Amino acid sequence: MSRPIPEKLVEDTARELMARAAIDIPADYRDGVRKARECERNRIARFVLAEMERNWDIATADRRPMCADTGLPRYYVRAGNEAVIEGGFVALERALRKATADATASIPLRPNRVHPLTRRDHDNNVGVHAPEVTYAFEPRADWIDITAVHKGGLFGTDYRMLFPTDGVAGIRRFFVDTLVEFGKRGLACQPAIVGLGLGGSKDTCVRLGKEAACLRVVGSRNPEPAVAALEEELTALGNYVGIGAMGFAGTSLVVATHIEVAYTHTGGLPVGMHSFCLSSRRATARIHSDGRVEFRADPMWFTDYYRREGIE
Amino acid sequence: MRPDPGTVKPAERLDDVRMDEVELTTPVGSADIGRLKLGDVVYISGVLYTAREGVYRKVVEQGVDFPASVRALTNVNFHCSPAATGRPDGTYAVEAVTATASFRFGKSMSRWFERSGAKVVVGKAGLTELAYREWFVPHGAVYLTTVGYGMGAAYGRCITRVLDVHWLEALGIAQALWVLEVERLGPFLVEGDREGRSLFALANREINLRLEEVYRGLPPYAMGRFGETTSRTDEIV
Repeated sequence: MSRPIPEKLVEDTARELMARAAIDIPADYRDGVRKARECERNRIARFVLAEMERNWDIATADRRPMCADTGLPRYYVRAGNEAVIEGGFVALERALRKATADATASIPLRPNRVHPLTRRDHDNNVGVHAPEVTYAFEPRADWIDITAVHKGGLFGTDYRMLFPTDGVAGIRRFFVDTLVEFGKRGLACQPAIVGLGLGGSKDTCVRLGKEAACLRVVGSRNPEPAVAALEEELTALGNYVGIGAMGFAGTSLVVATHIEVAYTHTGGLPVGMHSFCLSSRRATARIHSDGRVEFRADPMWFTDYYRREGIE
Repeated sequence: MRPDPGTVKPAERLDDVRMDEVELTTPVGSADIGRLKLGDVVYISGVLYTAREGVYRKVVEQGVDFPASVRALTNVNFHCSPAATGRPDGTYAVEAVTATASFRFGKSMSRWFERSGAKVVVGKAGLTELAYREWFVPHGAVYLTTVGYGMGAAYGRCITRVLDVHWLEALGIAQALWVLEVERLGPFLVEGDREGRSLFALANREINLRLEEVYRGLPPYAMGRFGETTSRTDEIV
């Protein structure tokens, strides 16, 4: 039997993750943007990207949020099958909500969360279904992984029910439509990590698209060769559209395309797309059962087990 | 030396945009506003305030007076909410500021200019040329877009003091009217000039030229959707 992971340790780690995500741009994305700037032919778009790189330096040096729209703070939790949390998962959720409220004041994060109808605001980013916590599991492990993500919420995301007759051409069309819609004027805050969720049900493809955008590092490939080939093809297509940073005519629209699949209805091909923006904010930590906490850059969310195809 | 604006033709292509650096101090005078050219890189020193849908609802729809003390100080409205927090001594810290998309406030703008006296709007992504001509030009107002977007830290560093906050309790931190003292806050880009020209409109015309070729081989969908535009040159704002 593993030693239980203390609730306080979860709370302290989550608060630190909220800060790291809000302040420090991940190196893999930063490298991708630098390459996009070096290839960009449009002078204004190049200026924009150089300013963004300067902004990331200031955020890290001053310990300020890189973007004042700190998005919708949320967590992804992967629990090892043998992991035990003091007080159970109810305690874990309380710790994550407490850390969110405290981090909102201490970093500070912008208290974005309001009631959708009354616009009621607790000024702490906590409310009904806020922050979201998404769970996954891992066999033969006694740790828990926590990833904090601050993702902007308004533009660059879309869903569409395609059909098998639409096929790959339909996916390309939807991809370009969404990029053009939200790329003009830079509404998507590109160049972005684009995540596509293919298949499953409507909600599954939207969820997977978000996870593909937010939880895979730039440079990673889907292990299935046909999916990986489509990732590369769409990245090239996206940068051929002719829209650069902030919507100036150019080539810096897509830093990477990440695709995740789920088995779907035989008559359908639902697709969800998300853009992780110039403030691609994520941070991950593993809490071991002996109390050690290891922070790392790669969320390692898409494990072989998570993508399993068979019964085991 | 900055050229006399009378001799510089408005840019007709993105490549013609000169990106001249301009320093503005608040309140921004009419002559300075008239000299701004599309794509000029602007830095603002002085005082500005945040106001977005919450404040607009109060002032434009409910007819609550815009604070006279703010009007006396500045004519620059920033479409944003700060990442702000109260300090134990009762003052406020604003660590980062990032604009929010401005097209959503278009229909409030004309009345807003009348009631607030604003002449310079700073925000994200601008409005259409139609909107500028209808709502900005009659009031002599111009639009500056933030850069990036998401330069929250760099902009936040230029805030020297929180001078005041209005309607904090009623509207919450994100929607309240924050009065900020700033030093060389920028860079911003001139997106809408006093004649109602738009930098993004220039960009979109160049993007649209290419779209036919981009869409070659991309067939229509098996199933359409209500309310959808079928013209690729349309914008969704």
